[in-house]
Amino acid sequence: MSDIAIRVNDLGKRYQLGSLHSANYHTLRDSLAGLFQPHEKTANGHIWALRNVSFDVKQGQVLGVVGRNGAGKSTLLKLLSRVTEPTEGEAEIRGRVGSLLEVGTGFHPELTGRENIYLNGAILGMKRTEIERKFDEIVEFAEVDKFIETPVKRYSSGMYLRLAFAVAAHLEPEILVVDEVLAVGDAEFQRKCLGKMGDVAREGRTVLFVSHNMSAVLRLTDETIVIDKGGLIMRARTPEAVDFYLSRGFAQEGQRIWETDEVPFSAVPFRPLAVRVQNGQGKVVNTIRSIEENALEIEYSLSAPVTGLRVGIYLMSTRGEYVFTSFDTDDSADFERLAVRPAGRYISRCTLPANFLNEGRFVVGVNASSYRVKRYFQDEQALTFTVDAAGAPGMQWPEARLGPVRPRLNWHIEAIEA
Amino acid sequence: MTATDSGQLQAAETAKGNMTVRSESPVILIRPPRGWQAINLRDLWLYRELVFFLTWRDIKVRYKQAVLGIAWAIIQPIVTMVVFTFIFNQFLNVKPDAGISEAWYPIFAFAGLLPWQFFQGAMQRASTSLVSNANLLTKVYFPRLIIPSSAVAAGLVDFAFSFIILIGLMIYFGVPFTLQLLWLPVFLLVALLTALAVGLWFSALNVQYRDVQHMVPFLLTIWMYVSPVVYPIDIINVSKFWQVIYALNPMVGVIQGFRWALFGTNPPGWMFFVSLGMVVVLLVSGIFYFRRMERTFADLI
Repeated sequence: MSDIAIRVNDLGKRYQLGSLHSANYHTLRDSLAGLFQPHEKTANGHIWALRNVSFDVKQGQVLGVVGRNGAGKSTLLKLLSRVTEPTEGEAEIRGRVGSLLEVGTGFHPELTGRENIYLNGAILGMKRTEIERKFDEIVEFAEVDKFIETPVKRYSSGMYLRLAFAVAAHLEPEILVVDEVLAVGDAEFQRKCLGKMGDVAREGRTVLFVSHNMSAVLRLTDETIVIDKGGLIMRARTPEAVDFYLSRGFAQEGQRIWETDEVPFSAVPFRPLAVRVQNGQGKVVNTIRSIEENALEIEYSLSAPVTGLRVGIYLMSTRGEYVFTSFDTDDSADFERLAVRPAGRYISRCTLPANFLNEGRFVVGVNASSYRVKRYFQDEQALTFTVDAAGAPGMQWPEARLGPVRPRLNWHIEAIEA
Repeated sequence: MTATDSGQLQAAETAKGNMTVRSESPVILIRPPRGWQAINLRDLWLYRELVFFLTWRDIKVRYKQAVLGIAWAIIQPIVTMVVFTFIFNQFLNVKPDAGISEAWYPIFAFAGLLPWQFFQGAMQRASTSLVSNANLLTKVYFPRLIIPSSAVAAGLVDFAFSFIILIGLMIYFGVPFTLQLLWLPVFLLVALLTALAVGLWFSALNVQYRDVQHMVPFLLTIWMYVSPVVYPIDIINVSKFWQVIYALNPMVGVIQGFRWALFGTNPPGWMFFVSLGMVVVLLVSGIFYFRRMERTFADLI
């Protein structure tokens, strides 16, 4: 049994409602006043963020952790990295744990790149001699050598991220806990990070990898656990678990509706209401036909005017590959007309042209943001739907067609020699 | 284990499989906390360098952001000394300790201000330290005691600058340098522990009750007047009972000690030990309270 690196046994974490948001801190006066009032609110004012979770991870294994926002993944990672303590159950961890819960934790904008490397390294648990030894490697990985004596507040966001990731990635713990580091940065940076993660895994270290990026999970992990509503609902080989995760819990009627408690507070003033798939006849359906023109619509409301808002979709295959990204103000004329989008209720609708998607299941992600200002809301797996290829080109051959699209191209066959 | 050792272990890992590293690595047990806990010394020792780095960050950032920088650490006690001399000595006729020249009031006040301002700054920074490092608390594990400790330690730099001024003033006023000066570090240590003890209490309370941070400046104002900063300690000679009560303020012992080390007046007697006892009580209770509360910091902050 000694090759188990992490053993989690019936772990549970309960939060007092109201302590989840830092905005609701207590004052001494409230507590003193509370002494004289009956405790009606606290009786059931708590919520289990995680409960009855048990699993183990072998030494050197890379385990994927997937789940929707608020499913309890972050709580699990916080417990394992000892940021917070469990309410019940226990976990046993062999070796030093390094967590990459958020890159750049503890970076100070006034300090230079060099100073931040030392500071951040120390915060992540590195010894000074260890940082010194890896200093050049870190700078090289981050590609910031020219700016190493510049305060990081003058760095571009890309440089900042690269440096932050570089420090964290050069930590050498026996167990590495990674949460969503790939959600940021450009494609090149993501590729580099994935490469580094792969190296870490090959070195035989144990990794817990949490991501919404299914292709990264598929690529880096062999086995994955699925977490939903605070419980572990599945542990399986990664392709199986990803497939299960993507098809579970989504409304099967071709519509996803957000309840108030599903929308993070940070989304304000944007409030997503629903995302729907409609077929050629305008009906909300789960399965659309490839040869028809279909539509995708997002319904939302704005409680205040928003400048530069764009509301859009990502379309992904269930293998985790992106098919496309599109925003409602992609047309620059529309973007200028709606420079400031007034408060109110909206539907942004786009058509999916006929003869476009191949058969299979697709995942719709929703994003509402103002470029370089703020990402109000993002749900990378808002809805799934199925495309039926009946009547599509090439159906005379009953074989699976590769690729996410199935366009009807104009083939011209010309005999050049009789 | 030094970094070189771990580097060799990494190499051994590839050569001999993973057994080497695992037998060296600690098993961490994560379970629900129970009851009161004392300090985890092993953990603190492992993270000793972080105290240094956080202290260094606080100092660096403070002097980088302030336009006047280091000058600020010097101007503050000097201006306060001048104002105190005019108001308390010239207008209200407060005298320094018996046995030192009346003309020495400015340096007498400065000798009180030096430990007082160190205590005030360190305790104030420590009180807000957890809340201002919330992003660290919710993301990374390390012994939480490090945060208020390094906030207190960062005050030592200001102290060092003020101390240079003190040396200058001693030369100017012709205060003789004696061997008693060697006792100063002891009293400084007591001031530091007092700031840490109170800082532990308030920083932990502040996580849960944010109005604590509004209370601290008020408390400090009162505290200064119940410490012998502007007046000599022998003013308090009503009765033994009141002297004991008075000495329960640890800063009484500290400031008395400073003045004794500098001017040789009023040697620290039983009152100093009352102060010292109080520091121990505050510190031990502060550590236990802090350790009890720290498990909820990440959830509450």
